[in-house]
Amino acid sequence: MELLIRNGFVYDPINGVDGEKMDIAVKDGKIVEKVNERKARKIDAFGMMVMPGGVDIHCHIAGSEVNSGRLLRPEDHFRDFERKTAVTRSGVGYSIPSTFTTGYRYSRMGYTTIMNPSMPPLEAKHTHEELSDTPMVDKASYPLLGDWWFVLEYLKDGKIEECARHVAWIITSTKGYAIKIVNAGGLEAWGFGGNVQSLDDQIPCFCITPREIIRGLCKVNRLLNLPHTIHVHTNNLGKPGNYITALETMKCIEDLATENKPIIHITHCQFSAFKGGDWRTLESGAEEIANYVNAHSHVTLDMGQVIFTDTTTMTADGPFQYTLYELSGNKWVNHDVETETSAGIVPFHYLRKSYVHAIQWSIGLELALLIKDPWKIFLTTDHPNGGPFTSYPRIIAWLMSRKAREATLKKINPRARSRSLLPSINRELSFKEIAIMTRAGQAKALGLKGKGHLGIGADADIAIYNLNPETIDPSKKYRIVRKAFKRAAYTIKNGKIVFKNGEIVKHLDGATMWLDVKVSEPAKISEDMRRRFREYWTVECENYPVTENYLEISQPINVEAKV
Amino acid sequence: MTVVKAVTCPVCGSLCDDIELTVEDGRIVKVKNGCALCESKFLGYNSEHRLLKPLIRKKEELVKVSWKEAVGRAAEILAEANYPILYGWSSTSCEAISLGLELAEEVGGVIDNTSVVCHGPSILSIQEVGIPSCTLGQIRHRADLVVYWGSNPWSAHPRHIERYTAFSEGRFERSAWKGYLNKIKASIVRKKIESAIRRVFFKGKPSAPSNIRNEPPSTLQKEGRKLIIIDVRKTRSAEIADYFIQVEPNKDYELLQAFRALIRDQEIDVDTVAGVPVEYLEEVADLMIRCDFGVLFFGLGLTMSSGKLRNIDAALSLVRDLNMWTKFVIMPMRGHFNVTGANTVFTWQTGYPYAVDFSLGYPQYNPGETSVVDVLLRKESDAALIIASDPVANFPKAAAEHLVKNLLIVIDPHMNATAQLADVVLPSSFVGIEAGGTAYRMDHVPLPLKKVVDPPRGILSDEEILRRILAEVRKIKKRRAEES
Repeated sequence: MELLIRNGFVYDPINGVDGEKMDIAVKDGKIVEKVNERKARKIDAFGMMVMPGGVDIHCHIAGSEVNSGRLLRPEDHFRDFERKTAVTRSGVGYSIPSTFTTGYRYSRMGYTTIMNPSMPPLEAKHTHEELSDTPMVDKASYPLLGDWWFVLEYLKDGKIEECARHVAWIITSTKGYAIKIVNAGGLEAWGFGGNVQSLDDQIPCFCITPREIIRGLCKVNRLLNLPHTIHVHTNNLGKPGNYITALETMKCIEDLATENKPIIHITHCQFSAFKGGDWRTLESGAEEIANYVNAHSHVTLDMGQVIFTDTTTMTADGPFQYTLYELSGNKWVNHDVETETSAGIVPFHYLRKSYVHAIQWSIGLELALLIKDPWKIFLTTDHPNGGPFTSYPRIIAWLMSRKAREATLKKINPRARSRSLLPSINRELSFKEIAIMTRAGQAKALGLKGKGHLGIGADADIAIYNLNPETIDPSKKYRIVRKAFKRAAYTIKNGKIVFKNGEIVKHLDGATMWLDVKVSEPAKISEDMRRRFREYWTVECENYPVTENYLEISQPINVEAKV
Repeated sequence: MTVVKAVTCPVCGSLCDDIELTVEDGRIVKVKNGCALCESKFLGYNSEHRLLKPLIRKKEELVKVSWKEAVGRAAEILAEANYPILYGWSSTSCEAISLGLELAEEVGGVIDNTSVVCHGPSILSIQEVGIPSCTLGQIRHRADLVVYWGSNPWSAHPRHIERYTAFSEGRFERSAWKGYLNKIKASIVRKKIESAIRRVFFKGKPSAPSNIRNEPPSTLQKEGRKLIIIDVRKTRSAEIADYFIQVEPNKDYELLQAFRALIRDQEIDVDTVAGVPVEYLEEVADLMIRCDFGVLFFGLGLTMSSGKLRNIDAALSLVRDLNMWTKFVIMPMRGHFNVTGANTVFTWQTGYPYAVDFSLGYPQYNPGETSVVDVLLRKESDAALIIASDPVANFPKAAAEHLVKNLLIVIDPHMNATAQLADVVLPSSFVGIEAGGTAYRMDHVPLPLKKVVDPPRGILSDEEILRRILAEVRKIKKRRAEES
């Protein structure tokens, strides 16, 4: 099918297009130079904005922890449901929507690629089963490897290459996309109810420190030539004073950087940017982090913005979730996974009038505004931890309009307001910068070649928003901006119109991307490995890998490793 | 002759995946590594009660018909029903369950799985309190205190103790198997001496059964793994335990709350709770606090005895509170091999784990109202599809009575009680033996089910049958829409 999108204001930062009026031609699911004008279906995008489909680098949308959250919270779903239509399946929201609804809601906002950031390898089949049931978007998942016993043991012995081979094996056999590290070492300690407090704490029984794990896996990442960097949830997350840990984490691999390329992604940085000795004296550490990031090029971040709403927190960081349970007294789920990782879930309500929550809200925006280069910081809420992904348009409005920020500032806890850096920040982001933070930058950081841009040969994943950059002043009319991003005029996936006029018009299954990492000497399933497998896990080696039939549409990406 | 390794056993929620099957001439002839339940399933599944042809009730008789006719009739029943129920699901694959949900949504019915009559109350409590849990390997590696409450794993989940808990060998904890062997030997010797004394001195008169020693034995203070069983009767599991607490029937709630008080150092002002002296309980509470990693498994003895979800509420709260002192986790002992999978697939597609009502076009959940037994008791349903379950044999009588008044479709490999009263019977293959798929272990670990042998000729898998019914239902609905 051919498609021609005419006269839209195109924002394609990767190709240096900044709001120019031009046509975009699509054929067979790809962007092409031109199409037959008479035959092609035409979309009149006059007075509208054309962007690549949105990319989300970090959103918990599938897998065992997400599903435990769904099960835990019927009250989250009762008031927010979607009826079955002629083309769509039914489902429920709000903070942890059912799988079909997740896909539809992303599509509604013009998003076409989303990354599920935490997949316990043992339960990878579950994640993939859910991803296959998440329509409308392409997706991928990051296996949790920071506390995997094989990694800890090889790194302790300094066997980086051996470690790399096993990481390659596990990424390929769990159909994963990147190395995810959560509270390195802390989760192993949580096996007996402990945690680590600093990058140099010894992990009980393993004689290794978080610093060594992060550095080791960073080297492994480079040896394997993976498209994304290591994806790190820092130690001490959610604790006052932890901005120092975040800074140390970025510093600890500074020497490994080459050619000004990013080598680490610090995810949901807001939760790692707390200054102060305790909750009472909590302050923002955003400025310190922003200063560091502005001066270095080996780091990318995402915001992890907090929204004032009732949501569900879930991370693989078991000890952090326990602390959150102790703080809130809400119901608590813990799910440790043998040999690999842990997980925790606690429902949470962020309140405007709470000092701590208001400071958190401020930190996220401060980070996004103080970091000068939009290619280094991306828009996320760490869905659903800071708030559901459906609130992205709200964040866009805050970023683009000082007035929008002031309107919210007026309503938050007064002490938090007086400590917030936001009143001193005049910066208002442009549409181009928003396009970078919500798609181009994320696609680039992920190394997704066909996503996040509209150049010839790119995937025809396109979002059209009903906004005219020539007539609208986002700084003043932020409500209109918010509304437009909430509901795209058109969402196009694989060259097909899937969403228009406020309705899903086509149910389309997206592909699951995964890395087929080729190493010269693959890790062998030797007798020794089988024996270790039996000792470490309670499943057989043969039953551990995710076979391709678990992926509705499988899209392997070949990676040639350097080992 | 071929040997198929690493087969997942489709019997109980332990989902052992190390079974080796020897297949000869398309038949399973030998089972290695399996327990008695596993062996009897793999060797005896193909019984004389096996259904080999689809059946339809014509003039009060079930007669053999073609697949096309049977599927057509089933689809017609569902498409025309006002309020159909779709029930079962816990003994089939996730792939089939997924199709079942699509079918339920398509026909606007109530879909429910067997947890409604087993761990349903546990789920309701989890939704109130949450649940600190883990995968079974975590217990194997770390647990030094294992408690089973209202559950008899030795008989119901025979390899549970050996593979995952007290008798398994972990990284940080050794197996307690040897201690158990010594204990068994000692008990045999003791029994022999007792019987000899009896014969000599009492001339064969049977003596009164020795009192169950409720006092915590000194061995509870030993290093290494400890196994405690709490139950209303001395089960086989209790015999191998380091300590057995016999709770009076329906007093579990009191006992749980007593433990909750004790671990908070509160004084209890009575001598016994649920028939157990408080000083014994104090010792156990002390053990719970001092262990490095404790686990509480609970079965239907806790879920379905008086108090139901309140019992689980107390158990979950107890374990949650214990995490103030140490690491403690809790896990329901799920029965059917894929009941966890049924809850899991239900939840990701609809947001709710069981008792989902699609009659308004979106998922609704209110156990007690949208659960299948309650729908039947209110006599609201007019058709039913039962898959991989036998509700006529185990539902409350009044519910079963209404169920058989419905137009009834049964998908099952066997001629069970429900099938005998059905209007359409669709014979299916055994998932995990004759058909592949996925199942979830009781700790939410997904495992592949293997197709080891071919089903009898003309027998389809649950998945295929549901796919055909769904396609047929859509055709009927489309035709109807065109007509109107």
